[in-house]
Amino acid sequence: MHASATAQNVNSGGAVARRLNWRVVDIVVAAVLGVAIGLVFWVWNTIGYAWFTAADGLTPGLGGIAVGIWLLGGVVGGLVIRKPGAALVVEVVAAIVSMLIGNIWGVSTVLEGIAQGLGAELIFAIFLYRRFSLPVAALAGVGAAAGAWLFELFYGSSPNILKSAEFNAIYLGTLVVSGAVLAGVLGWLLVRALAATGALSRFAAGRELRREV
Amino acid sequence: MSLRFEERKALQEPASSSGDPSSRGTRTAWIDGVNPVTRILLALLLSIPLFASIDVISGLVAIGLQLLCIPLTGLRFGTVLRRLALLLIIAPVAGVSMLLYAAPGGQVFFSFGFAHISEASSQLAIAVSIRVVALGLPTILLFARTDPTELADALAQVAHLPSRFVLGVLAGTRMLGLFLDDWRTMSLARRARGVGDRGVLRRFFTMSFVLLVFAVRRGTKLALAMEARGFGADIPRTWSRPSRLSGRDAIALAGGAAIMALSIAAAVLLGTFRFVWS
Amino acid sequence: MTAGAARVVADGWGWRYAGRRLPAVSDVTFTIEPGERVLLLGASGAGKSTLLTGMAGLLGDADEGERSGSLQVDGSDPERQRGRIGLVLQDPDAGVVLSRVGDDVAFGCENLGVPAQDIPARVREALDAVGLDVPLDRPTAALSGGQKQRLALAGALAMRPGLLLLDEPTANLDPDGVREIRASVEQVVAATGATLVIIEHRTAVWADLMTRVIVVGADGGLLADGSPDEVFRTHGDTLADAGVWVPRHPVDLPVLPPLGSGDTVLATHALAVSRDRRQPVQTGLELTVPDGAATVITGPNGAGKSTLALTLAGLLDPLHGAVAAAERLRGHRGLDPARWTSRELLTRIGMVFQDPEHQFLTQTVRDELEVGPRALGWDRDRIDAVVDALLERLGLAALAAANPFTLSGGQKRRLSVATVLAAAPAVVVLDEPTFGQDRRGWIGIVSLLQEEIARGTTVVAVTHDEDVIRHLGGHRIRLAPVAVGSAEARA
Repeated sequence: MHASATAQNVNSGGAVARRLNWRVVDIVVAAVLGVAIGLVFWVWNTIGYAWFTAADGLTPGLGGIAVGIWLLGGVVGGLVIRKPGAALVVEVVAAIVSMLIGNIWGVSTVLEGIAQGLGAELIFAIFLYRRFSLPVAALAGVGAAAGAWLFELFYGSSPNILKSAEFNAIYLGTLVVSGAVLAGVLGWLLVRALAATGALSRFAAGRELRREV
Repeated sequence: MSLRFEERKALQEPASSSGDPSSRGTRTAWIDGVNPVTRILLALLLSIPLFASIDVISGLVAIGLQLLCIPLTGLRFGTVLRRLALLLIIAPVAGVSMLLYAAPGGQVFFSFGFAHISEASSQLAIAVSIRVVALGLPTILLFARTDPTELADALAQVAHLPSRFVLGVLAGTRMLGLFLDDWRTMSLARRARGVGDRGVLRRFFTMSFVLLVFAVRRGTKLALAMEARGFGADIPRTWSRPSRLSGRDAIALAGGAAIMALSIAAAVLLGTFRFVWS
Repeated sequence: MTAGAARVVADGWGWRYAGRRLPAVSDVTFTIEPGERVLLLGASGAGKSTLLTGMAGLLGDADEGERSGSLQVDGSDPERQRGRIGLVLQDPDAGVVLSRVGDDVAFGCENLGVPAQDIPARVREALDAVGLDVPLDRPTAALSGGQKQRLALAGALAMRPGLLLLDEPTANLDPDGVREIRASVEQVVAATGATLVIIEHRTAVWADLMTRVIVVGADGGLLADGSPDEVFRTHGDTLADAGVWVPRHPVDLPVLPPLGSGDTVLATHALAVSRDRRQPVQTGLELTVPDGAATVITGPNGAGKSTLALTLAGLLDPLHGAVAAAERLRGHRGLDPARWTSRELLTRIGMVFQDPEHQFLTQTVRDELEVGPRALGWDRDRIDAVVDALLERLGLAALAAANPFTLSGGQKRRLSVATVLAAAPAVVVLDEPTFGQDRRGWIGIVSLLQEEIARGTTVVAVTHDEDVIRHLGGHRIRLAPVAVGSAEARA
């Protein structure tokens, strides 16, 4: 009984390097997840956009409640792939796809996706890519939300720094809540449900949940 | 990245050729000779400087100059206008938020709770709406005819991004057409199973979930197929579709810089330039 | 084009996936000589795919599982020999990497560092070897299933492999596709002499090309290893029970004569159907579906069979004309199924989709079966009674708490049919019910349909399978493609 020495395992330091190195399946699944989530974003745009503008118009900053779905890419990417950069890659691919299907915000969608992805990535990095529990997922959602808030403060088509302090405070609050719940908690539940279908068998997220058969 | 699915055929030229720009479709456009990486830089170049100032003039000049460049892009004027139309409808909506919640300045017309409609906020609202259009236009012009494979080749060969990532993402993004089909079939299936009458939100969540299952499964199988063809191994890769930079790229970038310079200059000259963080 | 056929030697080899208690394959020993053509058989779950993936060196590293024994290709580990071993998968869509035919075939060569000036010749060579005669810039999305499989084979061949591995290449193809890939493989093997290992359950298609049959045992080791005639003679019955289509083991089901009360349950008037609301795939259809009998819709790819089925089931609006149901099926808004509400459809016309997973809504088998009855507002006792009866009838009782996505192909298919039957509709429409099924799954579905017909349910099935048509008896609707050039590549 001997472990296989694969051609891909270039680093001679074993477990840690292997844990953090991207395999081909990690790259491709990250890309495909990003595409699927991008499609979900686009559909959510039609549902959630009505919600967002209604809320945002009536009440200052409360439109942030719907934003959480757009932060899902980073959280799900990080929880499934569990390698450095996964959250960023999935969120950015999703942003690009949703931009190209027919979203209208142009390049700022992608730039914002980068900010959001980095926010989630930061949280996973703080935990050294070792912890992927529900609280970490919620925090990653908050990180992504913070990234979005910061981005929209300075960039975007209508930078929020021009709006009143109350608006920005409320917006931050709703974004954080939305990020924690609609991205963090929902993302965590989503990954668990994915694992239960057996689709994640090549990932740690899938293996730790399937009971030994 | 072009939208190559059946329903987009009406908007586009027919299937393009194997990476050779001069034989693509029925017409070649000047922009086909511009490397995709340059096009990305151009899109950024045509957007980011506009972030610096919120005013009506810079946005309008940028839009006008870019519209003048339509012949270079190989798109029909009608196509561009059609895509712009959607943008034109959505743009005022972004303005509304600014109208109501911008920090008040000048004469205040109307107040309600946190909302203050003032002179300053209405100016900002109009400028912002125009800016939405100005920011969306480069994407429409530059990327409607970009072939994803060509883009990936450029990113790996010219921008020197890691080829494993670029090609992995390219292969993964091909699945979009399959996902659109899946989404449509799943909607029909929900109607057949008796849950199609109510609960749009609930259907959205269950369908999204199944889509992700398909995504992970397909991705896993595709990864296996790619690895079986030697992808991801330590062997240095060759490229059967070389991607290079040429003089045209420099011209395109210079042109983009000129458009931005003119837009900002016009705003400064007419006195409407307003630095966003002032 | 020859690069020397490969030799595969296995010695007590086994593999256990990480996270599982039992190994997927254990104690497998054989030697495959260069140039042999091997058919790999076994019950589902016996580990055939694992063995094939192991031969390709693609099972992953120590994180993903534990190996025992040795499995070597040409004397060394298959992981180190990328490009020497070609793999074609079951799902035609999964094997396509790039969006143009020429680019896709060139992909393997690029990865292996073949100089750019040599690649076009190799691509042409590979495409000729499989007989795929399409221009290099044809979009891969426009290819049929059979063409996609041939493309995958060409992609593997461009690497000039010594070992070709094919994992159920015909499972997801229609009869034309099956013929295409079979012809291609024969051509390829004749031209290159590469060693061939194929997993299949449609043995009749391959038996005369194969020199050897290896049967993997479900409990470890090999069940049989010898020439096709020998193995089928001695193990024919076991294999047939395990789901393999063994030659000379016909299916023991009655062939139904056309039955029916003679009434019509669905009729169409000048019907034009379309997927995208613009281009019709069929026009001027005047059809009747007899009550209490089977109706089979047949035709080549692109003829619009699935579109017609979805329109009859009230899920797609007709482009022109109308579908009218019998008076006893009248809904609130009349006799047109497209006008009925989702809940009215449940008890009138049920639809079983080609891919069962498109229909799944819940996390357990039991919940899936309850979706329909719950939507109809039945009370708890009635729901339990109906669901328990269905679980028994379809052999899913042991799986009542399992996640629907973890079931095998045959079980998923049975579950999707069961969910439709839960609401006891008068008409059941099925799109390719035996698609991708092995012998056991096939028998399960066809006997279920025969049962339903005997109970008086009307069955409408879209199918390519001649045997299904024979066994269901009944009325046949043949569709021919409308020569508009807009027909879909996959119906």
